Amino acid sequence: MAAILSVRDLVKRYDDGFEALSGVSLEIEQGEILALLGPNGAGKTTLISTICGITEGTSGSVTVGGHDIVTGYREARRMIGLVPQEINLEPFERVINTVRFSRGLFGKPKDDAFLEKTLRQLSLWDKKDSRIMELSGGMKRRVLIAKALSHEPEVLFLDEPSAGVDVELRKDMWEIVAGLKASGTTIILTTHYIEEAEAIADRIGVIAKGELLLVEEKQALMTRMGQKQLQIDLTEPVSKLPSTLAGYDLDIAADGMAVIYSYDTRSERTGITGLLADLSKAGMVMRDLQTKQSSLEDIFVGLVAEDAA
Amino acid sequence: MNWQAIRSIYTFEMARFFRTLMQSFISPVISTSLYFVVFGAAIGSRIDQVDGVSYGAFIVPGLIMLSVMTQAISNASFGIYFPKFIGTIYELLSAPVNFLEIVLGYVGAAATKALFIGIVILATSALFVDLEIQHPFAMMAFMVLTCISFSLFGFIIGIWAQNFEQLQLIPLLIVTPLVFLGGSFYSISMLPPVWQTITLFNPVVYLISGFRWAFFGMADVPIGLSLLAIAGFTGLCMIAVWWIFKTGWRIRK
Repeated sequence: MAAILSVRDLVKRYDDGFEALSGVSLEIEQGEILALLGPNGAGKTTLISTICGITEGTSGSVTVGGHDIVTGYREARRMIGLVPQEINLEPFERVINTVRFSRGLFGKPKDDAFLEKTLRQLSLWDKKDSRIMELSGGMKRRVLIAKALSHEPEVLFLDEPSAGVDVELRKDMWEIVAGLKASGTTIILTTHYIEEAEAIADRIGVIAKGELLLVEEKQALMTRMGQKQLQIDLTEPVSKLPSTLAGYDLDIAADGMAVIYSYDTRSERTGITGLLADLSKAGMVMRDLQTKQSSLEDIFVGLVAEDAA
Repeated sequence: MNWQAIRSIYTFEMARFFRTLMQSFISPVISTSLYFVVFGAAIGSRIDQVDGVSYGAFIVPGLIMLSVMTQAISNASFGIYFPKFIGTIYELLSAPVNFLEIVLGYVGAAATKALFIGIVILATSALFVDLEIQHPFAMMAFMVLTCISFSLFGFIIGIWAQNFEQLQLIPLLIVTPLVFLGGSFYSISMLPPVWQTITLFNPVVYLISGFRWAFFGMADVPIGLSLLAIAGFTGLCMIAVWWIFKTGWRIRK
Protein backbone atom coordinates (compact mmCIF):
# COMPACT_ATOMS: atom_id res chain seq x y z
CA MET A 1 0.00 0.00 0.00
CA ALA A 2 1.19 3.47 -0.81
CA ALA A 3 1.63 6.10 1.88
CA ILE A 4 -1.10 8.69 1.62
CA LEU A 5 0.51 10.91 4.21
CA SER A 6 4.19 11.29 4.69
CA VAL A 7 5.85 13.45 7.33
CA ARG A 8 9.62 13.92 7.21
CA ASP A 9 11.74 15.42 9.98
CA LEU A 10 9.05 17.87 10.94
CA VAL A 11 10.22 20.46 13.44
CA LYS A 12 8.08 23.17 14.99
CA ARG A 13 9.94 25.69 17.09
CA TYR A 14 8.12 28.69 18.51
CA ASP A 15 9.63 32.15 18.73
CA ASP A 16 10.30 31.70 22.43
CA GLY A 17 12.49 28.70 21.61
CA PHE A 18 10.00 26.06 22.72
CA GLU A 19 10.19 23.04 20.49
CA ALA A 20 6.73 21.51 20.10
CA LEU A 21 7.88 18.99 17.48
CA SER A 22 11.48 17.86 17.31
CA GLY A 23 11.93 15.99 14.07
CA VAL A 24 8.85 13.84 13.62
CA SER A 25 8.80 11.37 10.72
CA LEU A 26 5.74 9.31 9.96
CA GLU A 27 4.20 7.42 7.06
CA ILE A 28 0.51 6.63 6.98
CA GLU A 29 -0.99 4.18 4.55
CA GLN A 30 -4.22 4.63 2.72
CA GLY A 31 -7.23 3.30 4.59
CA GLU A 32 -5.62 2.73 7.95
CA ILE A 33 -6.49 4.15 11.33
CA LEU A 34 -3.57 5.53 13.23
CA ALA A 35 -3.93 6.59 16.83
CA LEU A 36 -1.46 9.08 18.21
CA LEU A 37 -1.19 8.60 21.91
CA GLY A 38 0.45 10.99 24.24
CA PRO A 39 0.02 13.03 27.38
CA ASN A 40 -1.19 16.64 27.29
CA GLY A 41 1.35 18.93 25.69
CA ALA A 42 3.10 16.10 23.86
CA GLY A 43 2.75 17.76 20.47
CA LYS A 44 -0.23 15.82 19.09
CA THR A 45 -2.29 18.86 18.20
CA THR A 46 0.75 20.75 16.91
CA LEU A 47 1.50 17.86 14.56
CA ILE A 48 -2.05 17.87 13.21
CA SER A 49 -2.21 21.66 12.99
CA THR A 50 1.01 21.76 11.01
CA ILE A 51 -0.15 19.10 8.56
CA CYS A 52 -3.46 20.91 8.08
CA GLY A 53 -1.92 24.34 7.58
CA ILE A 54 -3.06 26.04 10.77
CA THR A 55 0.50 26.46 11.97
CA GLU A 56 3.64 26.52 9.87
CA GLY A 57 6.41 24.04 10.47
CA THR A 58 9.92 25.37 11.12
CA SER A 59 11.59 22.71 8.99
CA GLY A 60 10.87 19.34 7.47
CA SER A 61 8.26 18.41 4.92
CA VAL A 62 4.81 16.90 4.69
CA THR A 63 3.08 15.44 1.65
CA VAL A 64 -0.54 14.38 1.38
CA GLY A 65 -1.34 12.13 -1.55
CA GLY A 66 2.02 13.18 -3.00
CA HIS A 67 1.25 16.90 -2.75
CA ASP A 68 3.53 19.02 -0.63
CA ILE A 69 1.51 20.95 1.96
CA VAL A 70 3.32 24.19 1.13
CA THR A 71 3.87 24.18 -2.62
CA GLY A 72 0.80 22.10 -3.40
CA TYR A 73 -1.38 23.33 -0.55
CA ARG A 74 -4.57 23.39 -2.59
CA GLU A 75 -4.39 19.76 -3.67
CA ALA A 76 -3.10 18.65 -0.28
CA ARG A 77 -5.74 20.46 1.75
CA ARG A 78 -8.57 19.38 -0.50
CA MET A 79 -7.83 15.81 0.60
CA ILE A 80 -7.91 16.61 4.31
CA GLY A 81 -10.79 16.88 6.73
CA LEU A 82 -10.08 18.20 10.21
CA VAL A 83 -12.14 17.75 13.34
CA PRO A 84 -10.58 20.06 15.90
CA GLN A 85 -10.37 19.38 19.59
CA GLU A 86 -12.17 22.52 20.67
CA ILE A 87 -15.81 22.95 19.72
CA ASN A 88 -15.36 25.91 17.40
CA LEU A 89 -18.69 26.71 15.83
CA GLU A 90 -20.70 29.82 15.07
CA PRO A 91 -23.42 29.72 17.72
CA PHE A 92 -26.11 31.50 15.68
CA GLU A 93 -25.68 29.51 12.49
CA ARG A 94 -27.92 26.66 11.45
CA VAL A 95 -26.36 23.24 11.10
CA ILE A 96 -27.07 22.86 7.39
CA ASN A 97 -25.63 26.29 6.55
CA THR A 98 -22.40 25.74 8.37
CA VAL A 99 -21.96 22.35 6.67
CA ARG A 100 -22.71 23.86 3.25
CA PHE A 101 -20.19 26.58 3.99
CA SER A 102 -17.48 24.04 4.74
CA ARG A 103 -18.14 22.14 1.54
CA GLY A 104 -17.96 25.30 -0.55
CA LEU A 105 -14.86 26.53 1.22
CA PHE A 106 -13.04 23.40 0.12
CA GLY A 107 -14.04 24.07 -3.47
CA LYS A 108 -16.70 21.41 -3.88
CA PRO A 109 -19.85 22.21 -5.82
CA LYS A 110 -23.13 22.22 -3.93
CA ASP A 111 -24.45 18.70 -3.32
CA ASP A 112 -27.29 18.62 -0.84
CA ALA A 113 -27.89 14.91 -1.40
CA PHE A 114 -24.38 14.13 -0.19
CA LEU A 115 -24.77 16.45 2.79
CA GLU A 116 -28.05 14.79 3.69
CA LYS A 117 -26.35 11.41 3.60
CA THR A 118 -23.55 12.68 5.83
CA LEU A 119 -25.91 14.30 8.31
CA ARG A 120 -28.06 11.19 8.46
CA GLN A 121 -25.00 9.05 9.06
CA LEU A 122 -24.19 11.26 12.04
CA SER A 123 -27.80 11.30 13.28
CA LEU A 124 -27.93 15.03 12.66
CA TRP A 125 -30.50 15.22 9.88
CA ASP A 126 -33.42 16.13 12.13
CA LYS A 127 -31.27 18.89 13.63
CA LYS A 128 -30.27 20.37 10.30
CA ASP A 129 -32.27 23.55 10.83
CA SER A 130 -31.35 23.98 14.49
CA ARG A 131 -29.07 26.76 15.55
CA ILE A 132 -25.78 25.41 16.82
CA MET A 133 -26.23 26.99 20.24
CA GLU A 134 -29.37 24.87 20.72
CA LEU A 135 -27.41 21.62 20.41
CA SER A 136 -25.86 19.53 23.15
CA GLY A 137 -22.10 19.18 23.41
CA GLY A 138 -22.16 15.77 21.78
CA MET A 139 -24.27 17.02 18.90
CA LYS A 140 -21.90 19.93 18.37
CA ARG A 141 -19.05 17.51 18.07
CA ARG A 142 -21.00 15.65 15.41
CA VAL A 143 -21.48 18.91 13.57
CA LEU A 144 -17.71 19.35 13.57
CA ILE A 145 -17.37 15.89 12.07
CA ALA A 146 -20.05 16.65 9.49
CA LYS A 147 -18.20 19.82 8.50
CA ALA A 148 -14.96 17.88 8.12
CA LEU A 149 -16.67 15.20 6.02
CA SER A 150 -18.69 17.65 3.95
CA HIS A 151 -16.04 17.94 1.25
CA GLU A 152 -15.42 14.19 0.99
CA PRO A 153 -11.86 14.09 2.37
CA GLU A 154 -9.61 11.10 1.89
CA VAL A 155 -7.71 11.74 5.08
CA LEU A 156 -9.56 12.62 8.26
CA PHE A 157 -7.92 14.05 11.35
CA LEU A 158 -9.77 13.65 14.61
CA ASP A 159 -8.15 15.64 17.37
CA GLU A 160 -9.26 14.17 20.68
CA PRO A 161 -12.64 13.08 19.33
CA SER A 162 -13.87 11.81 22.65
CA ALA A 163 -12.59 14.48 24.99
CA GLY A 164 -15.49 15.45 27.23
CA VAL A 165 -17.84 13.02 25.54
CA ASP A 166 -19.98 10.53 27.44
CA VAL A 167 -19.48 6.80 27.10
CA GLU A 168 -22.40 6.26 24.78
CA LEU A 169 -21.37 8.98 22.36
CA ARG A 170 -17.82 7.69 22.44
CA LYS A 171 -19.08 4.28 21.33
CA ASP A 172 -21.07 6.00 18.57
CA MET A 173 -17.97 7.84 17.53
CA TRP A 174 -16.06 4.58 17.25
CA GLU A 175 -18.80 3.20 15.05
CA ILE A 176 -18.64 6.26 12.84
CA VAL A 177 -14.89 5.85 12.57
CA ALA A 178 -15.29 2.18 11.70
CA GLY A 179 -17.83 3.14 9.03
CA LEU A 180 -15.47 5.69 7.54
CA LYS A 181 -12.64 3.20 7.48
CA ALA A 182 -14.90 0.77 5.65
CA SER A 183 -15.51 3.43 3.02
CA GLY A 184 -11.76 3.78 2.53
CA THR A 185 -11.03 6.95 4.51
CA THR A 186 -7.67 7.18 6.19
CA ILE A 187 -8.02 8.31 9.79
CA ILE A 188 -5.53 9.81 12.14
CA LEU A 189 -6.80 10.42 15.62
CA THR A 190 -5.17 11.72 18.72
CA THR A 191 -6.27 10.62 22.11
CA HIS A 192 -5.08 10.17 25.60
CA TYR A 193 -7.65 7.49 26.23
CA ILE A 194 -5.75 4.29 25.75
CA GLU A 195 -8.92 2.24 25.43
CA GLU A 196 -9.89 4.34 22.46
CA ALA A 197 -6.68 3.56 20.63
CA GLU A 198 -6.98 -0.06 21.65
CA ALA A 199 -10.55 -0.26 20.39
CA ILE A 200 -10.26 1.30 16.96
CA ALA A 201 -6.69 1.79 15.78
CA ASP A 202 -4.72 -0.37 13.35
CA ARG A 203 -1.47 1.23 14.32
CA ILE A 204 -0.43 3.22 17.33
CA GLY A 205 2.07 6.01 17.57
CA VAL A 206 3.29 7.20 20.92
CA ILE A 207 4.33 10.80 21.11
CA ALA A 208 5.85 12.62 24.06
CA LYS A 209 7.69 15.93 24.32
CA GLY A 210 7.51 16.51 20.58
CA GLU A 211 9.09 13.19 19.66
CA LEU A 212 7.48 10.18 18.13
CA LEU A 213 8.72 7.41 20.39
CA LEU A 214 7.38 4.60 18.26
CA VAL A 215 4.80 3.65 15.65
CA GLU A 216 3.70 0.03 15.52
CA GLU A 217 0.88 -2.29 14.63
CA LYS A 218 -1.38 -2.37 17.63
CA GLN A 219 -1.21 -6.15 18.01
CA ALA A 220 2.54 -6.28 17.52
CA LEU A 221 3.03 -3.50 20.02
CA MET A 222 0.95 -5.24 22.60
CA THR A 223 2.71 -8.53 22.07
CA ARG A 224 6.16 -7.03 21.93
CA MET A 225 5.75 -4.87 24.95
CA GLY A 226 3.38 -7.29 26.62
CA GLN A 227 4.39 -8.41 30.02
CA LYS A 228 2.29 -11.00 31.68
CA GLN A 229 1.80 -11.37 35.36
CA LEU A 230 0.93 -14.49 37.27
CA GLN A 231 -0.65 -13.92 40.64
CA ILE A 232 -0.48 -16.80 43.05
CA ASP A 233 -2.88 -16.52 45.99
CA LEU A 234 -1.71 -18.19 49.14
CA THR A 235 -3.52 -19.67 52.12
CA GLU A 236 -1.06 -18.18 54.61
CA PRO A 237 0.40 -14.67 54.41
CA VAL A 238 4.13 -14.31 53.74
CA SER A 239 6.31 -11.39 54.69
CA LYS A 240 9.62 -12.53 53.24
CA LEU A 241 10.44 -14.82 50.36
CA PRO A 242 12.54 -17.93 51.09
CA SER A 243 16.02 -17.80 49.54
CA THR A 244 15.18 -20.73 47.24
CA LEU A 245 12.91 -18.37 45.28
CA ALA A 246 15.49 -15.60 44.88
CA GLY A 247 16.05 -16.52 41.21
CA TYR A 248 12.51 -15.49 40.20
CA ASP A 249 11.16 -11.99 39.53
CA LEU A 250 8.69 -12.09 42.39
CA ASP A 251 6.81 -9.46 44.33
CA ILE A 252 4.72 -9.93 47.44
CA ALA A 253 1.21 -8.44 47.37
CA ALA A 254 0.53 -5.66 49.87
CA ASP A 255 -1.42 -7.91 52.23
CA GLY A 256 1.09 -10.73 51.90
CA MET A 257 -1.61 -13.12 50.73
CA ALA A 258 -0.19 -13.48 47.22
CA VAL A 259 3.03 -13.44 45.26
CA ILE A 260 3.18 -11.89 41.81
CA TYR A 261 5.42 -13.27 39.11
CA SER A 262 6.23 -11.15 36.07
CA TYR A 263 7.33 -12.91 32.91
CA ASP A 264 7.73 -12.36 29.23
CA THR A 265 5.27 -14.15 26.97
CA ARG A 266 7.74 -14.18 24.09
CA SER A 267 10.48 -16.15 25.82
CA GLU A 268 10.62 -19.87 25.17
CA ARG A 269 10.53 -20.82 28.82
CA THR A 270 8.36 -18.75 31.07
CA GLY A 271 9.61 -20.47 34.21
CA ILE A 272 6.13 -21.10 35.51
CA THR A 273 6.54 -24.85 36.04
CA GLY A 274 9.76 -24.40 37.99
CA LEU A 275 8.28 -21.61 40.08
CA LEU A 276 5.24 -23.62 41.08
CA ALA A 277 7.40 -26.58 42.03
CA ASP A 278 9.74 -24.38 44.07
CA LEU A 279 6.80 -22.72 45.82
CA SER A 280 5.52 -26.16 46.88
CA LYS A 281 8.98 -27.15 48.04
CA ALA A 282 9.19 -24.01 50.15
CA GLY A 283 5.99 -25.14 51.85
CA MET A 284 3.73 -22.41 50.52
CA VAL A 285 0.19 -23.57 49.87
CA MET A 286 -1.48 -22.20 46.77
CA ARG A 287 -5.15 -21.26 46.85
CA ASP A 288 -5.68 -19.80 43.39
CA LEU A 289 -3.85 -18.67 40.25
CA GLN A 290 -4.59 -15.85 37.84
CA THR A 291 -2.73 -14.26 34.92
CA LYS A 292 -3.01 -10.74 33.63
CA GLN A 293 -1.89 -9.33 30.28
CA SER A 294 -0.59 -5.78 30.51
CA SER A 295 -2.80 -3.31 28.69
CA LEU A 296 -1.80 -0.63 26.26
CA GLU A 297 -2.07 1.77 29.14
CA ASP A 298 0.66 0.01 31.08
CA ILE A 299 2.81 -0.05 27.96
CA PHE A 300 2.20 3.61 27.40
CA VAL A 301 2.95 4.65 30.93
CA GLY A 302 6.10 2.54 30.80
CA LEU A 303 7.25 4.17 27.56
CA VAL A 304 6.63 7.73 28.63
CA ALA A 305 8.32 7.12 31.97
CA GLU A 306 11.29 5.57 30.19
CA ASP A 307 11.53 8.61 27.98
CA ALA A 308 11.45 10.93 30.95
CA ALA A 309 14.22 9.04 32.70
CA MET B 1 -9.03 30.48 -8.17
CA ASN B 2 -11.32 28.66 -5.78
CA TRP B 3 -14.52 30.43 -6.83
CA GLN B 4 -16.65 28.06 -4.77
CA ALA B 5 -14.83 29.19 -1.66
CA ILE B 6 -15.29 32.87 -2.45
CA ARG B 7 -18.96 32.30 -3.04
CA SER B 8 -19.30 30.29 0.17
CA ILE B 9 -17.65 32.95 2.31
CA TYR B 10 -19.66 35.67 0.61
CA THR B 11 -23.05 34.00 0.99
CA PHE B 12 -22.26 32.91 4.56
CA GLU B 13 -21.41 36.48 5.53
CA MET B 14 -24.41 37.90 3.70
CA ALA B 15 -26.66 35.43 5.52
CA ARG B 16 -25.57 37.04 8.78
CA PHE B 17 -26.61 40.39 7.31
CA PHE B 18 -30.01 39.14 6.14
CA ARG B 19 -30.71 37.62 9.54
CA THR B 20 -30.58 41.13 10.98
CA LEU B 21 -31.99 42.86 7.92
CA MET B 22 -34.49 44.94 9.85
CA GLN B 23 -31.82 46.30 12.18
CA SER B 24 -29.51 46.88 9.24
CA PHE B 25 -32.26 48.78 7.50
CA ILE B 26 -33.90 50.69 10.32
CA SER B 27 -30.87 52.06 12.11
CA PRO B 28 -29.45 54.00 9.12
CA VAL B 29 -32.92 55.31 8.27
CA ILE B 30 -33.46 56.60 11.80
CA SER B 31 -30.00 58.06 12.19
CA THR B 32 -30.22 59.78 8.80
CA SER B 33 -33.56 61.27 9.74
CA LEU B 34 -32.07 62.52 13.01
CA TYR B 35 -29.20 64.16 11.18
CA PHE B 36 -31.67 65.91 8.95
CA VAL B 37 -33.67 67.13 11.91
CA VAL B 38 -30.62 68.35 13.82
CA PHE B 39 -28.34 69.59 11.06
CA GLY B 40 -30.81 70.23 8.30
CA ALA B 41 -33.64 71.87 10.19
CA ALA B 42 -31.99 73.41 13.25
CA ILE B 43 -28.65 74.52 11.83
CA GLY B 44 -29.64 74.62 8.19
CA SER B 45 -32.25 77.26 8.89
CA ARG B 46 -29.39 79.59 9.86
CA ILE B 47 -26.94 78.61 7.10
CA ASP B 48 -29.32 78.63 4.21
CA GLN B 49 -27.00 77.85 1.29
CA VAL B 50 -23.47 76.60 0.73
CA ASP B 51 -22.03 77.44 -2.68
CA GLY B 52 -25.50 77.67 -4.12
CA VAL B 53 -26.74 74.37 -2.68
CA SER B 54 -29.29 74.25 0.14
CA TYR B 55 -27.65 73.14 3.39
CA GLY B 56 -29.96 70.16 3.69
CA ALA B 57 -28.83 68.84 0.32
CA PHE B 58 -25.23 69.86 0.95
CA ILE B 59 -24.83 67.45 3.89
CA VAL B 60 -26.24 64.42 2.01
CA PRO B 61 -22.92 63.26 0.49
CA GLY B 62 -21.17 63.68 3.85
CA LEU B 63 -23.91 61.74 5.63
CA ILE B 64 -23.70 58.89 3.18
CA MET B 65 -19.91 58.81 3.41
CA LEU B 66 -20.02 58.87 7.21
CA SER B 67 -22.30 55.83 7.33
CA VAL B 68 -20.64 53.96 4.49
CA MET B 69 -17.20 54.31 6.04
CA THR B 70 -18.21 53.33 9.56
CA GLN B 71 -20.43 50.49 8.31
CA ALA B 72 -17.75 49.12 6.00
CA ILE B 73 -15.20 49.14 8.78
CA SER B 74 -17.44 47.60 11.39
CA ASN B 75 -18.83 44.93 9.07
CA ALA B 76 -15.46 43.85 7.74
CA SER B 77 -13.64 44.01 11.06
CA PHE B 78 -16.35 42.02 12.82
CA GLY B 79 -16.59 39.56 9.93
CA ILE B 80 -13.00 38.40 10.33
CA TYR B 81 -12.60 39.08 14.05
CA PHE B 82 -15.55 36.89 15.01
CA PRO B 83 -14.12 33.64 13.54
CA LYS B 84 -10.85 34.48 15.26
CA PHE B 85 -12.66 35.07 18.53
CA ILE B 86 -14.77 31.90 18.51
CA GLY B 87 -12.07 29.77 16.88
CA THR B 88 -13.75 28.92 13.58
CA ILE B 89 -10.81 30.50 11.79
CA TYR B 90 -9.18 27.04 11.90
CA GLU B 91 -11.36 26.07 9.00
CA LEU B 92 -10.31 29.02 6.90
CA LEU B 93 -6.65 28.34 7.60
CA SER B 94 -6.91 24.66 6.72
CA ALA B 95 -8.98 25.23 3.57
CA PRO B 96 -7.53 25.21 0.06
CA VAL B 97 -7.88 28.96 -0.31
CA ASN B 98 -5.38 31.76 -0.72
CA PHE B 99 -5.45 35.24 0.74
CA LEU B 100 -7.06 36.78 -2.30
CA GLU B 101 -10.03 34.43 -2.08
CA ILE B 102 -10.51 35.05 1.63
CA VAL B 103 -10.33 38.79 1.10
CA LEU B 104 -12.71 38.71 -1.86
CA GLY B 105 -15.24 36.77 0.19
CA TYR B 106 -15.10 38.77 3.40
CA VAL B 107 -14.39 42.22 1.99
CA GLY B 108 -16.86 41.67 -0.84
CA ALA B 109 -19.63 40.88 1.65
CA ALA B 110 -18.74 43.79 3.95
CA ALA B 111 -18.62 46.19 1.01
CA THR B 112 -21.98 44.96 -0.27
CA LYS B 113 -23.57 45.61 3.11
CA ALA B 114 -22.06 49.08 3.31
CA LEU B 115 -23.24 49.83 -0.21
CA PHE B 116 -26.73 48.71 0.68
CA ILE B 117 -26.76 51.08 3.63
CA GLY B 118 -25.38 53.92 1.50
CA ILE B 119 -28.23 53.46 -0.94
CA VAL B 120 -30.79 53.32 1.88
CA ILE B 121 -29.47 56.62 3.21
CA LEU B 122 -29.52 58.16 -0.23
CA ALA B 123 -33.15 57.09 -0.63
CA THR B 124 -34.06 58.38 2.84
CA SER B 125 -32.38 61.70 2.09
CA ALA B 126 -34.45 62.06 -1.05
CA LEU B 127 -37.51 62.14 1.21
CA PHE B 128 -36.20 65.22 3.03
CA VAL B 129 -34.50 67.29 0.35
CA ASP B 130 -34.54 67.79 -3.40
CA LEU B 131 -31.58 65.90 -4.73
CA GLU B 132 -30.06 66.29 -8.14
CA ILE B 133 -27.14 64.09 -8.94
CA GLN B 134 -25.03 65.66 -11.68
CA HIS B 135 -22.67 62.72 -12.20
CA PRO B 136 -24.60 59.60 -11.18
CA PHE B 137 -21.99 57.22 -12.56
CA ALA B 138 -19.14 58.94 -10.73
CA MET B 139 -21.28 59.04 -7.60
CA MET B 140 -21.81 55.26 -7.69
CA ALA B 141 -18.17 54.64 -8.51
CA PHE B 142 -17.05 56.77 -5.57
CA MET B 143 -19.45 55.05 -3.23
CA VAL B 144 -18.43 51.55 -4.37
CA LEU B 145 -14.73 52.38 -4.10
CA THR B 146 -15.20 53.80 -0.62
CA CYS B 147 -17.12 50.68 0.43
CA ILE B 148 -14.32 48.46 -0.85
CA SER B 149 -11.40 50.43 0.53
CA PHE B 150 -12.91 50.91 3.97
CA SER B 151 -13.94 47.27 4.11
CA LEU B 152 -10.33 46.36 3.39
CA PHE B 153 -9.28 48.71 6.16
CA GLY B 154 -11.84 47.14 8.49
CA PHE B 155 -10.56 43.69 7.56
CA ILE B 156 -7.08 44.74 8.66
CA ILE B 157 -8.45 46.09 11.94
CA GLY B 158 -10.31 42.81 12.50
CA ILE B 159 -7.12 40.84 12.08
CA TRP B 160 -5.12 43.23 14.21
CA ALA B 161 -7.63 43.37 17.08
CA GLN B 162 -7.06 40.99 19.95
CA ASN B 163 -10.18 41.90 21.88
CA PHE B 164 -13.48 43.68 21.39
CA GLU B 165 -12.13 46.97 22.79
CA GLN B 166 -9.43 47.11 20.15
CA LEU B 167 -12.03 46.36 17.52
CA GLN B 168 -13.76 49.62 18.46
CA LEU B 169 -10.62 51.62 19.10
CA ILE B 170 -9.61 52.74 15.61
CA PRO B 171 -13.12 53.44 14.33
CA LEU B 172 -13.93 55.52 17.41
CA LEU B 173 -10.61 57.22 17.96
CA ILE B 174 -9.47 57.86 14.43
CA VAL B 175 -12.10 57.27 11.78
CA THR B 176 -15.09 59.05 13.33
CA PRO B 177 -13.13 62.24 14.14
CA LEU B 178 -11.56 62.26 10.68
CA VAL B 179 -14.97 61.90 9.06
CA PHE B 180 -16.57 64.59 11.21
CA LEU B 181 -13.65 66.94 10.61
CA GLY B 182 -13.45 65.97 6.96
CA GLY B 183 -16.12 68.36 5.77
CA SER B 184 -19.14 66.09 6.11
CA PHE B 185 -21.26 68.94 7.41
CA TYR B 186 -19.46 72.01 6.11
CA SER B 187 -17.36 73.20 3.23
CA ILE B 188 -13.74 73.60 4.22
CA SER B 189 -13.84 77.06 2.66
CA MET B 190 -15.91 78.04 5.70
CA LEU B 191 -12.88 77.44 7.96
CA PRO B 192 -10.22 79.98 8.95
CA PRO B 193 -7.22 79.80 6.57
CA VAL B 194 -4.91 77.97 9.01
CA TRP B 195 -7.47 75.24 9.56
CA GLN B 196 -8.07 74.97 5.83
CA THR B 197 -4.41 74.00 5.44
CA ILE B 198 -4.46 71.58 8.38
CA THR B 199 -7.62 69.95 7.07
CA LEU B 200 -5.86 69.05 3.85
CA PHE B 201 -3.87 66.44 5.81
CA ASN B 202 -7.10 64.63 6.56
CA PRO B 203 -7.48 61.96 3.88
CA VAL B 204 -11.24 61.82 4.36
CA VAL B 205 -11.54 65.38 3.04
CA TYR B 206 -10.61 64.14 -0.42
CA LEU B 207 -13.19 61.39 -0.38
CA ILE B 208 -16.05 63.57 0.77
CA SER B 209 -15.06 66.36 -1.57
CA GLY B 210 -14.96 63.98 -4.53
CA PHE B 211 -18.26 62.45 -3.59
CA ARG B 212 -19.85 65.86 -3.22
CA TRP B 213 -18.52 66.82 -6.66
CA ALA B 214 -20.41 63.86 -8.12
CA PHE B 215 -23.62 65.27 -6.64
CA PHE B 216 -23.31 69.01 -7.16
CA GLY B 217 -20.36 69.51 -9.47
CA MET B 218 -18.44 71.46 -6.84
CA ALA B 219 -15.57 70.38 -4.67
CA ASP B 220 -13.14 71.57 -1.99
CA VAL B 221 -10.21 69.90 -3.73
CA PRO B 222 -9.73 68.97 -7.41
CA ILE B 223 -11.55 65.79 -8.38
CA GLY B 224 -8.33 64.24 -9.71
CA LEU B 225 -6.79 64.52 -6.25
CA SER B 226 -9.84 62.84 -4.75
CA LEU B 227 -9.53 59.95 -7.15
CA LEU B 228 -5.84 59.65 -6.38
CA ALA B 229 -6.58 59.63 -2.66
CA ILE B 230 -9.13 56.83 -2.82
CA ALA B 231 -6.96 54.79 -5.20
CA GLY B 232 -3.94 55.30 -2.96
CA PHE B 233 -5.84 54.29 0.15
CA THR B 234 -7.20 51.16 -1.54
CA GLY B 235 -3.70 50.28 -2.73
CA LEU B 236 -2.20 50.72 0.75
CA CYS B 237 -4.84 48.50 2.30
CA MET B 238 -4.27 45.83 -0.37
CA ILE B 239 -0.55 45.80 0.35
CA ALA B 240 -1.20 45.52 4.08
CA VAL B 241 -3.59 42.60 3.58
CA TRP B 242 -1.15 40.85 1.25
CA TRP B 243 1.60 41.24 3.84
CA ILE B 244 -0.66 39.93 6.62
CA PHE B 245 -1.36 36.72 4.76
CA LYS B 246 2.19 36.31 3.57
CA THR B 247 3.56 36.46 7.10
CA GLY B 248 0.53 34.98 8.86
CA TRP B 249 0.60 37.96 11.23
CA ARG B 250 -1.94 37.56 14.05
CA ILE B 251 -3.64 34.64 12.33
CA ARG B 252 -1.19 31.77 11.91
CA LYS B 253 0.80 30.70 14.91
